[in-house]
Amino acid sequence: MAKSSSTDAVTLIRSLRSAYAATPTNLKIIDLYVVFAIATALIQVVYMGIVGSFPFNSFLSGLLSCVGTAVLAVCLRIQVNKENKEFKDLAPERAFADFVLCNLVLHLVIMNFLG
Amino acid sequence: MPGRGIIILLALIWSSLSICTASVVRPISEAHRSAALELFVPFDGSFGSLEDIYAAFRTLEILGLEKTQDVSDVACESVVDKLGSPSSTAKDLFYALKVNSILRCQAETIKFEEIASKLQTVLKSASSLPDFYYSIGSLLLIKNQGFEVLLSDAAGAFQSIKAFSQSDGRWRYDSSSAESSTYAAGMALEALAGVVSIADSEVDKSMIGVVKNDIVKLFDSIKSYSDGTLYFDDKYVHTNDYRSPLEISASVIRGVTAFAEVASGRVNIPGNKVLGVAKFFLSLGVPGTSKDLFHQIEALSCLENNRIYIPLIISLPATVLSLTSRDQLKVDVTSVFGVPAPPLTVKLLQAINSNSDGKPNIENQELYFDQENSIHYLDIASLKVDVGKYNLIFEASLHDPVAEKKYATGGRTSFSAFFTGSIQIDQAELEILNSDGDSIETIESLDLSKDSSLSLSANHLQTFRLSFQPTTPLGHAFKPHQVFLKLRHETNVEHIFLIESSARQYKLTLDFLGFVEKFYYLSGKYDIELFVGDAIMENSFLRTLGLVELDLPEPPEKAPQAPPQPIDPYLRYGPKAEIRHIFRSPEKRPPKELSLAFFALIFLPLLGFLIGLVRLGVNLKLFPSSPGPVAFSLLFHTGIASVLLLYGLFWLKLDLFTTLKILSFLGIFLVFIGHQTLSRLASTSAKVKSS
Repeated sequence: MAKSSSTDAVTLIRSLRSAYAATPTNLKIIDLYVVFAIATALIQVVYMGIVGSFPFNSFLSGLLSCVGTAVLAVCLRIQVNKENKEFKDLAPERAFADFVLCNLVLHLVIMNFLG
Repeated sequence: MPGRGIIILLALIWSSLSICTASVVRPISEAHRSAALELFVPFDGSFGSLEDIYAAFRTLEILGLEKTQDVSDVACESVVDKLGSPSSTAKDLFYALKVNSILRCQAETIKFEEIASKLQTVLKSASSLPDFYYSIGSLLLIKNQGFEVLLSDAAGAFQSIKAFSQSDGRWRYDSSSAESSTYAAGMALEALAGVVSIADSEVDKSMIGVVKNDIVKLFDSIKSYSDGTLYFDDKYVHTNDYRSPLEISASVIRGVTAFAEVASGRVNIPGNKVLGVAKFFLSLGVPGTSKDLFHQIEALSCLENNRIYIPLIISLPATVLSLTSRDQLKVDVTSVFGVPAPPLTVKLLQAINSNSDGKPNIENQELYFDQENSIHYLDIASLKVDVGKYNLIFEASLHDPVAEKKYATGGRTSFSAFFTGSIQIDQAELEILNSDGDSIETIESLDLSKDSSLSLSANHLQTFRLSFQPTTPLGHAFKPHQVFLKLRHETNVEHIFLIESSARQYKLTLDFLGFVEKFYYLSGKYDIELFVGDAIMENSFLRTLGLVELDLPEPPEKAPQAPPQPIDPYLRYGPKAEIRHIFRSPEKRPPKELSLAFFALIFLPLLGFLIGLVRLGVNLKLFPSSPGPVAFSLLFHTGIASVLLLYGLFWLKLDLFTTLKILSFLGIFLVFIGHQTLSRLASTSAKVKSS
């Protein structure tokens, strides 16, 4: 039973990997960026867990910077994805411009909040 | 409660005042000398005008005080200057000569004969009293310098001055003026005295007699204060020539004594009046201005040695005498300047206790004379007098009957004095009675010579009773001015009760039932304090007797609340509690190594991201190659980098407004560049797609 489930899992992951291999490179870059941002956020959470939340505003801005940019990256991914019919008419450059603008605004706020 | 406080205050003020007013008249003393030194201070090396210089030097001379050499030199300079100047008026010359008579400036440089002839011409054409006064006064001063002065028409001058006199003894300043003045009378008498002393033989004796009558009339118009002092005053129509009673009295005394000095025979003024005027000058104490001090001192110096009556002042050096320390009743009889009187006997005619009804306690006691200190004294402790406020009546009689005509002692002189002593308090008892009024719950006898610490308890149905009996050293009943009991609750709410006296005993009965509301239903401990005080009681006291624990019923609804106790006024001005500034203690920081480790760790995802990019085979193939778009792309990336750099600066040192200002420019630039770059990129990719 256990054996079959592990093999199932392996098969599942394999199929996932093969399916993901077909993803366009630009989307993979975005995925990588999201992973990078979330990983950075996680490291900060671990740090806070070890030393405590003081100064809390700095922690929050660091975390929100990462999470925010990750969310924006996800939004970018949605818009850039060619499979997504909803944004078919939207140029990827336009989506990137939105991403840049939103990031700049987000980080202005983050910097203000950093203290 | 506040009303009672005011009564206590008034009682205290009254008792202190009644002590102060007891000795008003004392001869001229050191206080006058030190006041003179303070008041006559030269300004820029001089005392001012010649009149002021004369006032200063004359006062200092009478009081026997030193005058400094440089001030005298400056004064002499102006004297010589005024006497040599042809434009000087008679008044200027008069005061210059007066200063000269004190300072004795270089006589050789002053041409007295010339001045005398100038004054003679002034005198001839004189039409008003001041003209006569100043010119005759000046001529007299020149005569006193040792020069021959002849009045061409002495009798005429005398007549002219006399013509200004009025029927009531006062004088006019000139023949046209309707007003007569007492001050002018003083001036006129001094001028007449001058005429007589310059040319005695030429003046008609009968005229002198008439002037003497005028003086007597003048003294009939003398005014008196309630304390028996006498003074001269004027009625004023115009306020611009106002003179104080002191100045007017001084002028009259100067004139009258000068006239009495030169006139043959006696001027018939009663000794009491002279004494009254002397007392008026002395009762002023130490005047506050230099002018007043001059008038006071000069007038007294005229009285000190005159031919009418020399006033002898009877005074008490101390009016509060302690029977406990066996103080002696001392009486000073001196002249106005404190010179001991000729041999005389002082008798204490009567000493009447203000409490007794007019019956004298001491009668006809002759005072002993202490030759050494020239003071008359009486040992009151041996006379068995009791404590109290006494009205003392003295009489001084001179031994020499000839001296009786020379000196005025003023007959009976009355003073009030306090004989103080230690009051004994006996039979002091404190009782708590039960409601039936008869049975005694607690009875404590008190020793009021020291604080006690009784501890009593009572409820609202019981009665508190305090009684004691103050007696004088001679065993008589004594009624102190202030006898109060104070009950003070723990919360500082105070109740003060006046203790009434009945016969010999002081008794206070407090039926707590009637006081429940007044006590605001406050049960608990009450401190008991007893005040007994009087001006003549040497051992006035405020004793703590102890405390009584009161058990009062619960307050009904709408019962009055105890008023908030006033904050101790001294606390307001006392030191305030120190304010300590506490800074927030710094938060605990993690160890430096840990933070650095995480700082390094944060780069790991970035590294992973870059490695991932490389593995995905990211390239820059789409990066434009032609120079225009390259420039735009580079500018776009530089723009983003500069905005991020601005954010970094904002974090480090810039403020929000500066940041936003720069950002607005950068933002416009970036939007433009970004649009250019990305639209070009979009068109490229569209081309790629279509191809």
